Amino acid sequence: MSNLWTRCNNCRRILYKQDIFENKNVCPECNFHFRLSAPERLEMLYDEGRYEVFDENIYPLDPLHFVDSKKYDDRLKENIKKTSLVEACINAVGKIDGIEVIIVAMDFRFMGGSMGSVVGEKVTRALEKALQERKPIIIISCTGGARMQEGVLSLMQMAKTSAAIGKLQDAGIPYISVLTDPTTGGVTASYAMLGDINIAEPNALIGFAGPRVIEQTIKEKLPKGFQRSEFLLKHGLLDDVVERKNLRSYLIRALRLFLNRFS
Amino acid sequence: MDLEEKDFYQLEKNIVKITEEIEILQESEDPERKEKISSLKEEIKQEWNKIAPQLTPLHIVQIARHPKRPYTLDYIENLIDDFMEVHGDRRYGDDPAIVAGFGFYHGQTAAIIGHQKGRTTRERIARNFGQSNPEGYRKALRVMKLAEKFNFPIITLIDTPGAYPGIEAEERGQAEAIAYNLKEISRLNVPMVVVVIGEGGSGGALGIGFGDAILMLENSFYSVISPEGCAAILWKDQKAVRQSAENLKFLAKDLLGFGIIDKIIPEPPGGAHVDYLQTFKNVDKYLYPTLKQSMEKTPEERKKQRYEKIRKIGIIDER
Ligand SMILES: [Zn+2]
Repeated sequence: MSNLWTRCNNCRRILYKQDIFENKNVCPECNFHFRLSAPERLEMLYDEGRYEVFDENIYPLDPLHFVDSKKYDDRLKENIKKTSLVEACINAVGKIDGIEVIIVAMDFRFMGGSMGSVVGEKVTRALEKALQERKPIIIISCTGGARMQEGVLSLMQMAKTSAAIGKLQDAGIPYISVLTDPTTGGVTASYAMLGDINIAEPNALIGFAGPRVIEQTIKEKLPKGFQRSEFLLKHGLLDDVVERKNLRSYLIRALRLFLNRFS
Repeated sequence: MDLEEKDFYQLEKNIVKITEEIEILQESEDPERKEKISSLKEEIKQEWNKIAPQLTPLHIVQIARHPKRPYTLDYIENLIDDFMEVHGDRRYGDDPAIVAGFGFYHGQTAAIIGHQKGRTTRERIARNFGQSNPEGYRKALRVMKLAEKFNFPIITLIDTPGAYPGIEAEERGQAEAIAYNLKEISRLNVPMVVVVIGEGGSGGALGIGFGDAILMLENSFYSVISPEGCAAILWKDQKAVRQSAENLKFLAKDLLGFGIIDKIIPEPPGGAHVDYLQTFKNVDKYLYPTLKQSMEKTPEERKKQRYEKIRKIGIIDER
């Protein structure tokens, strides 16, 4: 297969790469939503794809001196090199339909989008900037949860980010949470579930415990569609499931409603 | 087999024997039992001095999970007067894995909330091994809000392997229940002090596990994931559980170093399960002044300091 063509992971059809790209990384045949990188996500949402990044000067450390098959320190260096990112999320500010909005976009390529001290700090700073500048904020989650290699420091980021969301509540600043495939563990159990509205892309895996852990605990096979966006919508945990092609227009409508901006 | 490779139950064999002798003496009519007991206690101390310096993080995990370790209801029975348990989240059901209610602590009404494990097989199953469902977190928050209404302080006791990973827990929003608690706890107007008495298992612990201050018993742990879970994911090998326990840095001394907890509560020689009364005394000795300190602040000061405290946790490289 030449590199102009690829196979859809879902429907197994051979597709022209350009067709997928032009369809916002969604399979034109079966509507499967491929994962987006944080820069792709930001470009797709902001007006003319233009935005400014902030907090890019915060780098991860290895406070536990964690070593599994590799040193965490080396893993970090590899991930920085491989992704050209400094961590698993990008903080950005720009306009959506002319409205100034802060977006935190998580990137699964960087250590599975996991939240350690840096992601916790960047999310908190983005929330605090939203508060100070009275700008609405959108967080797009794509993550396996808290980062094990930073231990309990990662766990505490859940409380830190949630506390910052509490401040937005008092100030009346809109916060929209967008959950994409996958959003699990400590991120779901903190900021991802705390939006004024929580929406998800179709068929995204969303949950607290991972499906394998649940299967091992209950020793049963999980029902079809379990922990997918549509399942969460049915169980009252999401406000809506929004296809990627409609996401920007959905966000514009939500922002205008929450900001009481009719025209 | 060297000391390090033995599990804690082998290490404590001699202490268990001496403890049994003490128990027999306490029941006996022996006129010299007082002297005998105190000399046996001295023996425990000496035995412990040999064992303690060589305990690995995995040994501490075993102490924290010891089947004889005091649980939430044991602390309540000893430290709280007129405890009145309340039930249910008013949404779905009552979760026996979290106990919540009101009682007098040093003469002051307080809300007391804690994970509860079972002692017998039947109790363990009934308490779901201390693993809560969303109802548990929602009940806990309901009681916290009641405490706020009456301006009562809140004490939480942490002892859970984690929130329950089950189908229904997910259907009813396990993640949302924990997340919502985190946000609301940060905004409570009343004092809240957390004591980690055993296992601090991840988000399931955190859902009632931060506040104005966190105290930790010497042989407890508070971790992002269990050492077994971490071994399975990162090492893909259950035998790596010891390495995983060493890497996770989840002991009280580690958390004190990271600035996450405020004080370490010492345990009696042999661990909390060897001498319940001494353990309760030690907890009280640290808990009471900590709670009092928080009660002396204005709600605004307290909320501000609680935010600042959680806000500064994390270790980053800002260039
Ligand atoms: Zn397809």
